Amino acid sequence: MTTPTTTEAPLLEVKHLSKYFGSVIALEDVSMFVRAGEVTCLLGDNGAGKSTLIKALSGVHKPTKGEYLFDGTKREFDSPREALELGIATVYQDLAMIPLMSIWRNFFLGSEPKKGFGPFRTFDVDFAKQTTREEMAKMGIDIRDPDQPVGTLSGGERQSVAIARAVYFGAKVLILDEPTAALGVKQAGVVLRYVVQAKQRGIGVILITHNPHHAYPVGDHFVILRRGQIYGDYTKDEIGLDQLVQMMAGGADLEALSHELESATRADSDEAEALRKAAAGFAEEAKEAGGD
Amino acid sequence: MTTDTAPPAAADERVRQVSTVTRLLTRPELGAIVATIVVWVFFAVVAWDNNFVSWSTSAAILNRAAPLGLLAIAVALLMIGGEFDLSIGSLLGWSGMVIMLLVTPTNAGGWGWSLWPAVALALVIALISGFLNGVLVVSTRLPSFIITLGSLFIFRGLAVAIPRIRTNRTQLGGMDEVSGFDLADALFGTDITLFGASFDIAIVWWIGLTLLATFVLLRTQFGNWVFGAGGDANAARNTGVPVTRVKIILFMTTAFAAFLVAIIQAVQFNGSDSLRGTLQEFNAIIAVVVGGTLLTGGYGSVVGAMFGALIFAMVQQGIIITGVDGDWFRVFVGGVLVLAVIFNNFIRTQAARR
Repeated sequence: MTTPTTTEAPLLEVKHLSKYFGSVIALEDVSMFVRAGEVTCLLGDNGAGKSTLIKALSGVHKPTKGEYLFDGTKREFDSPREALELGIATVYQDLAMIPLMSIWRNFFLGSEPKKGFGPFRTFDVDFAKQTTREEMAKMGIDIRDPDQPVGTLSGGERQSVAIARAVYFGAKVLILDEPTAALGVKQAGVVLRYVVQAKQRGIGVILITHNPHHAYPVGDHFVILRRGQIYGDYTKDEIGLDQLVQMMAGGADLEALSHELESATRADSDEAEALRKAAAGFAEEAKEAGGD
Repeated sequence: MTTDTAPPAAADERVRQVSTVTRLLTRPELGAIVATIVVWVFFAVVAWDNNFVSWSTSAAILNRAAPLGLLAIAVALLMIGGEFDLSIGSLLGWSGMVIMLLVTPTNAGGWGWSLWPAVALALVIALISGFLNGVLVVSTRLPSFIITLGSLFIFRGLAVAIPRIRTNRTQLGGMDEVSGFDLADALFGTDITLFGASFDIAIVWWIGLTLLATFVLLRTQFGNWVFGAGGDANAARNTGVPVTRVKIILFMTTAFAAFLVAIIQAVQFNGSDSLRGTLQEFNAIIAVVVGGTLLTGGYGSVVGAMFGALIFAMVQQGIIITGVDGDWFRVFVGGVLVLAVIFNNFIRTQAARR
């Protein structure tokens, strides 16, 4: 299905990757890649295995089977720190930020700048505060007070701190987990513009989303994940926005329908469960019809 | 007041002008500092005739606060890191007994060591104990409350059982006859006479280590990791903080504090008692919580814990010198604890509010 647009070697690639949790097959035979200066969009419904795939890519989970290649070299990570040191930075849905800590402490958490020598090396607080303010300003966000706890920021601002942090720390691959999910239209636009900016700077971006309207304008590749397996893998030339929407539509319908059913039959949860299952069945069919 | 100050250049219209007082209120230790002043003024008025405002009473308060304060430093770090250690009081008793058992002459059931090797071995045992506490908490993912409740009983049991088997006693004295005592006495047992009152050298250890711990917490990478590990261990792990290592080191720190207080008190009292340190784990937690540290971790201050210990000692001393029945002390401390937690919760919701 895949016809690469360029012959350049992928920066990050997984081949035939599987991940099992006990008897649960979270991912089965998943292959995908991202090149430097390109955006690979990973689309999928809730429960499709996106989060597991991200965690495998960022070094949180060790894959049960399959190969992980970075810059053509086979890798295995014991911790996300190792992945981070290679330049594989992940911005999680929960943002990996600590609400009670100040912005500058969060910005440098895990990679604190130091000054001094040997055992007297200390956290360079002034540098941290100043850099945080500057980096946020580059994203067009004027943070009021770097000492503010992150818990007091809005969702978009937190997302910006997280992305700015990843870019600042020299990410070569930037994995963004649903960066636009909790954002308003304008703020989502800001984030997407930043994705393009990162791409132009030669960073390979893996953008996870379930919104094809956000994915299509910025993406070069589209990988659609369903039930832990690759359901479709297209370059931008191979697929139009309409088709992409259609492929995703089954999932969206399912979501809307089950929400509707849930509110209609909240009184009887067993009945709701039965209806939800029926709805899931219909949605499956719809999806398969759309995919062909 | 004479000239108008220019507004800051890049003022943001979204920044509300907050008064200095409101800003200060979000500092974790502020509540404890205010409470220290209130409690002091209260006793200064109530116990004026009992000589509360005097160098000798002040010395007595500080001498009381120092051992608790030393424990509270480590407990504050650990609680900011999101864990509890209920075993430090009994580890304190056990460490003291280890030292005394080793130095007690062989004809009295001991091992007849000289002092410093005994101290070194007690230190190693304490650090291993802390390490095991940490490893168990991290590897089982059980609440540290439960794990260290278990070690509380284990250490106390050891502190009673082993001396009883070897020496048939649970109190061992005569440390001053052991070789190496002079240096230990100089380091841990010196009295400093100032203004006609006698201050323990433990106060110097207490204040010095409080400053050191504050520096580590606020100005080093490790300190940032402690906040991260306590604030949200998963998020911290995702950004590459070695949360497991941080937590184990923190448990070893509380164990070290218990060891340090054990040697200080052994030197001061010229021996050990199997029951020494009883309830100190709770007193230390109270000092830390009164000092503004959140029970849920991720937020707090070592300086606050210092004031927490000071309040604790002040109330204790105040009640003793006013001649009020000492039993009321616990009622008072319990009340202060609950008030402190309510106050802290209020602060946290303020800080976390959008």
